[in-house]
Amino acid sequence: MIAQFPDLWPALPEIFLACAGMALLMLGVFRGEGSTRLVAYLTVGALLFAAFLSLGYGSGRVVTFNGLFVMDAFGVFMKVLVLVASSLAVIMSLGYIEREEMNRFEFPILMLFATLGMLMMISANDLISLYVGLETQSLSLYVIAAFRRDSTGSSEAGLKYFVLGALSSCLLLYGSSLVYGFAGTTAFDKIATLLASGTHPSVGLIIGLVFVAAGLAFKISAVPFHMWTPDVYQGAPTPVTAFFAVAPKIAAIALFTRLLIEPFGHMAHSWQQIIIASSILSMALGSFAAIVQTNIKRLMAYSSIGHIGYALVGLAAGTQEGVRGVLIYMAIYLFMNVGTFAVILCMKQKGRMVEDIKDLSGLARTNPLLAAAMAIFMFSMAGIPPMAGFFSKLYVFLAAVQAGLYVTAVIGVLTSVVGAYYYLRIIKVMYFDEPAGGFDKVTDDGMAAILVGTTAFTLLFFVVPAPILNYAATAAAALFAG
Amino acid sequence: MPILSITTFLPLVGALFILIQRGSPEAVANQARKIALITTLINFVLSLFIWFNFDPADPGYQMVEKAEWIPAFKVNYHMGVDGISMLFVILSTFLTPLCILASWESIQTRVKEYMVAFLVLETLMVGMFCALDFVLFYMFFEGVLIPMFLIIGVWGGQRRVYAAFKFFLYTLLGSVLMLIAILAMWFVAGTTDIPTITATHFDRTMQIWLWLACFASFAVKVPMWPVHTWLPDAHVEAPTAGSVILAGVLLKMGGYGFLRFNIPMLPEATEFFAPLVYTLSVVAVIYTSLVALAQEDMKKLIAYSSVAHMGFVTIGMFTLNPQGVEGSIFQMLSHGIVSGALFLCVGVVYDRLHTREIARYGGLVHNMPKYAIVFGFMTMASVGLPGTSGFVGEFLVLMGAFQDNTWVAALAATGLILGAAYALWLLRRIVFGKLVKPDLKAMYDMNAREIAVFVPLIIVVLWMGIYPSSFLKITSASVDNLIKTYETKLAASASGVTVAAR
Repeated sequence: MIAQFPDLWPALPEIFLACAGMALLMLGVFRGEGSTRLVAYLTVGALLFAAFLSLGYGSGRVVTFNGLFVMDAFGVFMKVLVLVASSLAVIMSLGYIEREEMNRFEFPILMLFATLGMLMMISANDLISLYVGLETQSLSLYVIAAFRRDSTGSSEAGLKYFVLGALSSCLLLYGSSLVYGFAGTTAFDKIATLLASGTHPSVGLIIGLVFVAAGLAFKISAVPFHMWTPDVYQGAPTPVTAFFAVAPKIAAIALFTRLLIEPFGHMAHSWQQIIIASSILSMALGSFAAIVQTNIKRLMAYSSIGHIGYALVGLAAGTQEGVRGVLIYMAIYLFMNVGTFAVILCMKQKGRMVEDIKDLSGLARTNPLLAAAMAIFMFSMAGIPPMAGFFSKLYVFLAAVQAGLYVTAVIGVLTSVVGAYYYLRIIKVMYFDEPAGGFDKVTDDGMAAILVGTTAFTLLFFVVPAPILNYAATAAAALFAG
Repeated sequence: MPILSITTFLPLVGALFILIQRGSPEAVANQARKIALITTLINFVLSLFIWFNFDPADPGYQMVEKAEWIPAFKVNYHMGVDGISMLFVILSTFLTPLCILASWESIQTRVKEYMVAFLVLETLMVGMFCALDFVLFYMFFEGVLIPMFLIIGVWGGQRRVYAAFKFFLYTLLGSVLMLIAILAMWFVAGTTDIPTITATHFDRTMQIWLWLACFASFAVKVPMWPVHTWLPDAHVEAPTAGSVILAGVLLKMGGYGFLRFNIPMLPEATEFFAPLVYTLSVVAVIYTSLVALAQEDMKKLIAYSSVAHMGFVTIGMFTLNPQGVEGSIFQMLSHGIVSGALFLCVGVVYDRLHTREIARYGGLVHNMPKYAIVFGFMTMASVGLPGTSGFVGEFLVLMGAFQDNTWVAALAATGLILGAAYALWLLRRIVFGKLVKPDLKAMYDMNAREIAVFVPLIIVVLWMGIYPSSFLKITSASVDNLIKTYETKLAASASGVTVAAR
C-alpha cells in the first residue's frame, strides 16, 4: 500500500502557527534580551493571521491525516474564538510582564504553543490526536503558570496545576485505553459507526467514557474536578490567569462537545446524567463558594466554575439547540471574561498590583469609566438583560427546556440569583462604598482598546445579536451533520 | 413615524448628551439637571401624541412597529400599545420629569450619574409597556433592576445597601422563574410574539406551572402579601424620586404583567388560581393596613399603604368582569399618581429636616399652609374621597368584586376604613396639632419649584376623579376584548374536556 500524502489544507492554521512559533523562538534567541515586545507583537499577528486562515476555510466537513484531524464549521467557530482569546491575552500580558520582571520573550511564544495545542484539540477526530493536542496545550500552560519563578505563589500554582493536570491526563489516557479495548478503535468516526449499529454499548466502553469525561471535566474545571482552579487562578500571574480563564476553557469545551456528540452521540442517555450532575454541582458550587471570597482572582475562579456549569446545561441537552447554546455561551463568555480581567489588570495602586475586592472601593468616583466597564461586566455575568450575558444564559436554558430538562433549568436560574449576589457585591463596593486610594491611570493603549472593545460588545450585543447567533447555529448544525 | 420607539429611546439620547458634558463639577451638574428635565418634558409631549393617535374603539394593538431582531429564533422587535398599556406609558413619561424636578436640590452628589440613571430608567419603563415580544419585554422588565439598584444604593438612606440588595435579589428571583416559563411558551408556540402566544393553547397542567412561574415574578413586583417585604425597605431607603418611580410605575409592572400574560394566555390556570389571588389580596388589604397603622416612619407607612392599595388592584383584575378589571387599571393609574405625590410630600419635609420619623413633626399647618393643603388633598385622594381619583378605582373594584364574590368585597371594604384610619392619622400627626418644636418653626413653605411639581399631580387627580370617562373609555374596548378572550378560551377548553370525557 502506498502511503498517501495527507491533505494539509484543512490544517493550514495549525501548520502556520507551528512554523511561526519556531521562527519566533529563533528570532528571540538571536535578538536576545529586550525582544519581548517585538515577539509579542509578532505573536499577536501570527494568531490573528491563523484566525484569518481559519475563517478562510469554507464549509463542509473534511477529514484528513488518516482520520486523525477534522475540520468543519464547528471547528472554525471555536478556533476563531480561541485565537481571538489568545491574542487578546497576549496584548493584555505585555505591560504586566515588562513591569513585573517576567520580561522574557518565551512568554508570548509559550502562549502561542498552547494555542496551537488548543487548535489541535478542537480539530481532534481520534483519541490519539485528542491526547496530543491536549498535552501540547497543557505542557505550555504548566510552564506559563509557574513563569514568575521567584514568586512562591506562581511556582505553587504551576506545581499544583502540573500534578493535578498530570493526574487528569492519566484518567483520560486510562479511559482512552478502555475505549480502545472495548470498541477496537480510537477513531471517532468508527466509534460512532459502532454505536450507531445498535449494539448495546458494553460496560467497559461506558466506564472508559466516564474516565475520559472525568479527564476533560478537569480541564474545564467542572465540579467535582474543580479543586485546582481557585489556587491556580489566585497564584498564577494575573495575565496568565486571564489566559487560563478563557482560551483553554473554550478549547476544552469544544473538545468535550465534539467527543460527546460525534463518537458518543448514540450513548447520550449514558453520559447525559453525568453532565447534568456535573453541571448542577458546578452552578451551585460556583455561586455559593464565591460569596465568601475576598480576592478578586479567586472570585473569578469560582465564577468561571459557575459559568462552565451553565455551558454544560446546553451540552447536557445533547441536542443541536444545546450545542448552539454552548457555542453562544462561550463566545459571550470570552468577551465578558477578557474584559473583566482587563479591569483586574488595571488594579494598580502606585505601580503595585492589588487584587483584593476591597481595593475596588469607590472606584466609581476615582475612575468612573473603569468602574462603569466593570459594572457592565458584572451585570452581564449575573445574566441581567440587556447585557450579553443574559443572551448566553437564555439560549442554554432554552435548549434545556426544549430537551425537557426542567429541573436543571430551574436549578440553573435559581443559582444564577445566588450568583447575582456576589457580582452585585463588587458593584456595591465600587459604587456604594467610600473611595479608597483609587488606581493609577490606564496608560497602556492596547489595554484601553481591549477595555473599550469588550465593554461595547457586552453592552451592545443585544442591538445586533443575529450574526453571532446565526453563525453559532451553523456551527452547531455542522456537528450534527457528520 | 415610529412614535413608540422614539418615546422609548429618546431618554437614552438625553443620557448620552449628559455623558459628554465636560467642565467644572458644578457646571456639569447643572447641565445634567437641565438636559434631563428638557428630555423628559419633550418625551412627555411626544407621548401625548400616542394618546391623540390612539383609537379607543379599536381593542387591538395600535401604532405597531415590527422589525426583525433575531430572525433565526423568531424573536422580533415588536412594539405596540392597546387600551391596557397606553395609559401606563403616559404615566411613566408624566412622572419622570416630575421626579427630575423633585430631585433638583435634594440630589447634590454625583448629579450626572443620577440623571443618567433616571433617563435609562424611563427608557426601560416605557419600553416595557410597549413591548409585544416576550424576550423584548423581559429585557426591559429585568433591565429596570439595574438603574433602580444604583439609585437606591448610591443615593439612598442609611440602610441603602441592604435595601438595594433585597430589592434586586427578590425581584430577580421572581423574574428568573418567569424566564423559564417564557422559554417553555417559546418552545410550544414556536415564537415569542405576544399576540401569537395569546392565541396559543397550552394544556391544563402546563398552564398551571406556567401560571405559577409568571405569578412568582409579577406577585413580587406588585407586591402581593407575603412577598411584599422588599417594598418597605426599598421605599424607605430610596431617594424621594426613586420612591416615586417605584410606587408610581414599577409596582404597576406586576399588575400589567397579570393582565398581559397570566389572564389571557393562561385562562384555565387563572380560573383555578383566582381564589388564591383573592385570599392573598384580602390578607394584603387588611394585614398591611394594620401594619401601616403601627409605623413610626412616614415612608414606611406609605409603603405599606401601597401594598394595601395594590391588593385592591389584584382583586379587581381577577374578578374578570369589566368593572373589576377597568377599576383595577384605573386604581393602578390613580395609585401611581397619588402615592407618588405622597412620597413627594414626604420628600418636601425630609429635605428640610432630614428625618422621616413621624413623631418629629407636627403642626406644620401653621407655618406651611400650602404644604398642608397639598398633603391633605393627596391624603384624601389616597383614602378615596369622592371627587378624587382614588374613589373611582376603589369603587369600580368593589363593584366588580361584589358581582363575583360578596365575601371578598366585604372584606376588602374593611380595608377602606382602615386605610382612612392610617392616612388621616398620619395627616393629623404631621400637619395638625401644635407647632412646638423650634426646628419645625424655622421651616419655610413650599417654593415655586415644589409647587410646580405638585400642580400637575393635583390637576390629574381631580380630572380622574371628576371625569373618569376620559380614561375609562380608553381602557374599555381592550378590557372587553381581554375578558372575551379569556371566556372564549375557557369555554373552548371546557367543551374540549366534555368531548374528551365522552
